Amino acid sequence: MKTFLLPLAVAAVGIYSLLPFLWFVLASWKSPAQLTAIPPVIVPEFHWGFYRSAIVNYGLLGYIENSAIVAAATTVVSIAIGALAAYALTRFHAAWLRWYLLVLLCVSMFPQIAVAGPVWRILDALGWLNRYPGIIVAYISFSLPLAIWILSTFFKELPYEIEEAALVDGCTRAQALRRIVLPLAAPGIFTAAILVFIYAWNEFFFALIILTSPPLQTLPVGIALFPGEYTIPWGELAAASAIATLPLIALTLLFQRRIVRGLSAGAVKG
Amino acid sequence: MASLTVQNISKSFGQAGVIKNLSFEVRDGEFCVLLGPSGCGKTTLLRIIAGLEEASGGTIVIGDRRVDTLAPRDRDLAFVFQTYALYPHLTVAENLAFTLEVRGAARAEIRRRVDETAKTLGLDGLLARKPRELSGGQRQRVAVGRAIIRHPKLFLFDEPLSNLDAALRGEMRGELARLHKRLGATILYVTHDQAEAMTLADKIIVLDRGAIQQTGAPAEIYHAPANLFVAGFVGSPRMNFAEGAVNGAGLFIGEDCRFDVSEMLPDNVKRGDTPLTIGIRPEDLTIAADGPAAIEGRVEIVEDLGSDKFVHVASAGRGWVARMAPEAPLKPGGAVRLRAADGKLHIFHSGRRIGR
Repeated sequence: MKTFLLPLAVAAVGIYSLLPFLWFVLASWKSPAQLTAIPPVIVPEFHWGFYRSAIVNYGLLGYIENSAIVAAATTVVSIAIGALAAYALTRFHAAWLRWYLLVLLCVSMFPQIAVAGPVWRILDALGWLNRYPGIIVAYISFSLPLAIWILSTFFKELPYEIEEAALVDGCTRAQALRRIVLPLAAPGIFTAAILVFIYAWNEFFFALIILTSPPLQTLPVGIALFPGEYTIPWGELAAASAIATLPLIALTLLFQRRIVRGLSAGAVKG
Repeated sequence: MASLTVQNISKSFGQAGVIKNLSFEVRDGEFCVLLGPSGCGKTTLLRIIAGLEEASGGTIVIGDRRVDTLAPRDRDLAFVFQTYALYPHLTVAENLAFTLEVRGAARAEIRRRVDETAKTLGLDGLLARKPRELSGGQRQRVAVGRAIIRHPKLFLFDEPLSNLDAALRGEMRGELARLHKRLGATILYVTHDQAEAMTLADKIIVLDRGAIQQTGAPAEIYHAPANLFVAGFVGSPRMNFAEGAVNGAGLFIGEDCRFDVSEMLPDNVKRGDTPLTIGIRPEDLTIAADGPAAIEGRVEIVEDLGSDKFVHVASAGRGWVARMAPEAPLKPGGAVRLRAADGKLHIFHSGRRIGR
């Protein structure tokens, strides 16, 4: 009974989550005639025209480039600062550190809309609207707390004795961090990096208000602005969405083993 | 190699003093064991010496260099952790080489030392493995190898054998003893296992509640424990204790149980009705066939270990344990008369050893 229920539940959740995705992927492969057919056709004829059109007519590659730059920069900066912050938070003991983590959690809970106004005015004053640094700084303010939280849970699980062994063996704290802690925390770092990357890659609202100049716009905004005054290019929208999803799937598959596997097995006892 | 001098080291966490003004010395090449129950502060002390924990006060000198203000890596010592603390992402060879590498040794020199260390510890075939692919005993060996490869001035061991099973522990104990002899290393070794302390140590420091209870050679600790704590902590089965009082006729426990202590006690104690604690090790109790008996009672339990029998005797509401030869003709329920072997009584007054 149980062995039968579990796969069923898994399948139900999977279908529920994947159905919209599957629908637009199928749509992206349809020919223009199939796309508007009534009743709808399910099996596409693997027509690549919409992909070509999305790239050639709608400048999809430019959006991809913008998104890649913004998401990569957000990820690198968030993880670099986040790793150092999380290390300090888990290794040094002070009464206020626990509160600090709580405050950080609260900060990361702020709805974006609540801070949109101030963020816009600050960036405007800095002259950073319609510039990469502006959107990246805005993203980091949301992704950094997330990174610190994920990384500090991973650092907490690393046996401190391994680090102490490195200190006795001849490392400075910085060396121990680089040679021992970071390699061991790699699964956590990859997890945090992917989550931050996904956040920055998918983010729509800030990108919409901060990057108003079309050559700088990121994928979600770019795709959302595909529709013209009189037409909605469903096929191109579907193709662009499929392409936008690909990097995330690739990243997750690529690093899933590193994320899942606990590297620290065998370090102590066992 | 070098000597270690610890002077007036104190440590407190919040209000509680964990280590109280400790001073001791480990001579050059000496195998010194810090023995004590868990929570006595022995690991904290070791960590203070390594620089992993800060003392509230005091000085630490290794060789002729004061080290208590230096970072752990500048103290020129090695630390073997209870959990081994191997680097899980590095192979055995890389684990061994790590300390040399960090300190900028030449490549050829590193290789030579890794090979030499691996050979010493029988790790030759395992150099390419990761720690998770090793057994407990092999991990232990790598941890020791990581310590000896650099030839540091001082070795610190924190209960290194406590995660091994009994057979392996005995084997590693022998190996550590041989290693110490060969390297002539100065070792400070923390354990709660008295068998390790007795077999490995040149000198034992018994620690309890952050204070030194006794310092001495293993035989001295065993045969002349300085106080009730040491007497009770060292020895298995535990030493028998009983409250008694001394007067002109001898030392009495209760009404009938009399010990002749005329030659053991200083005169001032012999005269008054001084309350004393008497201690007798289980192996010092023998069957009194016909002669005078100190303890008359009934056998409650006989634990037969094959090599020995531990005989639990109840006498006038008091329990005694005697360690007998396996052929001793004692059955549960039978009457028995015991006496203490000559000169084997330990006598304590307000917790401290008195007399011979």
